[in-house]
Amino acid sequence: MKRQKRFEKLEKRPVHLDGFVKNWDDEGLVALNGKNDPKPSIKIENGVVTEMDGKKKEDFDLIDKYIAEYGINLDNAEKTLNTDSVKIANMMCDPNVSRDEIIKYTTAMTPAKAAEVISKLNFAEMIMATQKMRPRRTPMTQVHATNTLDNPVEIAADAAEAALRGVPEEETTTAIARYAPMNAISIMVGAQSGRPGVITQCSVEEADELSLGMRGFTAYAETISVYGTDRVFTDGDDTPWSKGFLASCYASRGLKMRFTSGAGSEVMMGYTEGKSMLYLEARCIYITKASGVQGLQNGGVSCIGMPGAVVGGIREVLGENLLCMSLDVECASGCDQAFSHSDIRRTGRMIGQFIAGTDYLSSGYAAEENMDNTFAGSNMDVLDYDDYITLERDMAINGGIMPITEEESIKIRHKAAVAIQAVFDGLGLPQITDEEVEAATYGSNSNDMPKRDMVQDMKAAQDLMTRGVTVVDVIKALYDHDIKDVAEAVLKLAQQKVCGDYLQTSAVFLDGWKCTSAINNANDYKGPGTGYRVWEDKDKWDRLENVPWALDPQKLEF
Amino acid sequence: MSSEIDETLLRNIIKGVLKEVQDSDTPISFGGQDTATATTPVAGAQKGAEPEKKLDWFQHVGLAKPGLSKDEVVIGVAPAFAEVLTQTMTKIQHKDILRQVIAGIEEEGLKARVVKVYRTSDVSFVSADVDKLSGSGISVAIQSKGTTIIHQKDQAPLSNLELFPQAPVLTLDAYRQIGKNAAQYAKGMSPNPVPTINDQMARVQYQALSALMHIKETKQVVVGKPAEEIKVTF
Repeated sequence: MKRQKRFEKLEKRPVHLDGFVKNWDDEGLVALNGKNDPKPSIKIENGVVTEMDGKKKEDFDLIDKYIAEYGINLDNAEKTLNTDSVKIANMMCDPNVSRDEIIKYTTAMTPAKAAEVISKLNFAEMIMATQKMRPRRTPMTQVHATNTLDNPVEIAADAAEAALRGVPEEETTTAIARYAPMNAISIMVGAQSGRPGVITQCSVEEADELSLGMRGFTAYAETISVYGTDRVFTDGDDTPWSKGFLASCYASRGLKMRFTSGAGSEVMMGYTEGKSMLYLEARCIYITKASGVQGLQNGGVSCIGMPGAVVGGIREVLGENLLCMSLDVECASGCDQAFSHSDIRRTGRMIGQFIAGTDYLSSGYAAEENMDNTFAGSNMDVLDYDDYITLERDMAINGGIMPITEEESIKIRHKAAVAIQAVFDGLGLPQITDEEVEAATYGSNSNDMPKRDMVQDMKAAQDLMTRGVTVVDVIKALYDHDIKDVAEAVLKLAQQKVCGDYLQTSAVFLDGWKCTSAINNANDYKGPGTGYRVWEDKDKWDRLENVPWALDPQKLEF
Repeated sequence: MSSEIDETLLRNIIKGVLKEVQDSDTPISFGGQDTATATTPVAGAQKGAEPEKKLDWFQHVGLAKPGLSKDEVVIGVAPAFAEVLTQTMTKIQHKDILRQVIAGIEEEGLKARVVKVYRTSDVSFVSADVDKLSGSGISVAIQSKGTTIIHQKDQAPLSNLELFPQAPVLTLDAYRQIGKNAAQYAKGMSPNPVPTINDQMARVQYQALSALMHIKETKQVVVGKPAEEIKVTF
């Protein structure tokens, strides 16, 4: 065929490097309304669910049983199932129907009913509904702080800079699993240097992660994954009950936690039972509710390539975020994985969550260059900071990341690098040199860092665990090196686990360790003139107005 | 508890249980696979599973047994490896991968043993199954799509010594280095981790393909079927 020149140009565009597939319902490659999805139904006899979504009690699988027993408010269930799904969908995006009223319905649905209701909303209606259903009034975001060399100084410096930019939660992970305790300490010390009150986590194998929390190296956890089919659970030696048990372990130590799920994971694992992504995700959300867990990270998450590949997938992703929030569950709404080669498309990926506002718009935004993101890249990274902030400024939206000046960045990165240097010295870990402190202060990625002896670092990290080092030793190291403000911040962080206020839904700390959550900062959106508006949030609005790259028209020199 | 047990009741219970077992479990037979046909259907396989191709270089030689020699590393491959799928997402031949991993292990003066796992297609669980067969306690597990892990037997299944989650960035050189590092762990050494590139766009480009390959691999899973020893000849 003689090639048409425009088509030749078009196929060279970045979007054509992304993967796309047509639907295949029987393998779950379908965003919503799958041909094998069950029809909503419920039968309750003597307070016990005897039929749910077309399945009799004796045919329930583990997930059905768990949800039927703990996940549904049975008082309203029959009424809700008998209410037209279009009507409920309509109420969700109608500002005149209160959030509390919606929750009476959403918490009394079955997974199939919930999927049916969400599937009635178009993208714009989902945005409308999300800005009302988000539990916390103030939208925020979460960041990642990682690098491919697990360099502790760089983690600390990146964590500090992101903290100064206004994020309340930061997550690290490892390139090499054995680094876990060192990375957890580095992000914690960096974040507390940046802004006292930022909580941090380290995503690793579940038992290790819990152990890090119990030692006080982390303040919350998020990567406790739940799935929409039994087989994916059992393939990982898990059940809904074992995840519920793990959740209670965190609660018992005063550690905040949320579950993780998201469209596409069951497809990736090969066990979808031929159901749509939205239906399977609805089951995950009800498992979360059934476990009494306050929050959930969802929205495709690390499997975003699957909903991203099928028709209507990004609508489904916003829909699953919305469903999570509609059950009064904190939502960290994905946007946390490299999604597209196309800048237009990756902006489209997050625009629904960005406009509506969620508890954490991204979970998380890469607070390092994507080449250093060991979660395999995020949708947006540090090199997008100024574009992202400009979008916030253009549209008058609080997307959770605020501008800072170059001087502020240098100062805070240096502070964090010095603090982690002191901690390493105090804990007897391999030395952090002044040269490394300097490099982390002025550097942008791990290529800018002097190479460390990784074998020694890994041995030291393992030794930390066997020696029984805890957060108290970290505080002592900081204090002994006369870094008293950071020592104080880490101590305060440890104290919060005793008081436990931040276990409430959508809770984080503002300046001065003021705990803000869906309890004392509940979303009160009821249409124009209500709810959160960034121009009423003076500090944020000033920062957006005065971005360093905006000229002062009254002081221009020509 | 009542000390007297009604014999008829007991018989009925046993009958009931037996009946249930027969109803719910499909009998699994693993015998008689060494037939002369071109392909070998895997007994007890799921719907949609494909028969395994008979290969000269990749031969089943019975059930995999725990090794006793400290100087071996066991390589566990996932159910579709070599005999159903033949190359990774980036079209690297399975045969070449095994050759490189084994060469890496042998370079360190250790022996490599190859085992095929059927009960799971999850790379972590493959590695956690076969490290228990490894005399050194070190295993390397490889999925058909190319994802690879180095595991040690006292680690939780989802933990690892080194994980290579981004199959598209793995080259044959990297596979050789993985073999080398695994052997060094087996010798009690602490090697520098294999350097890999972090390509944040790999997922975007390959996730759909990765899922399709994994679906195919997962269809080859046979619940309850023990791992088999593989004799590899290049």
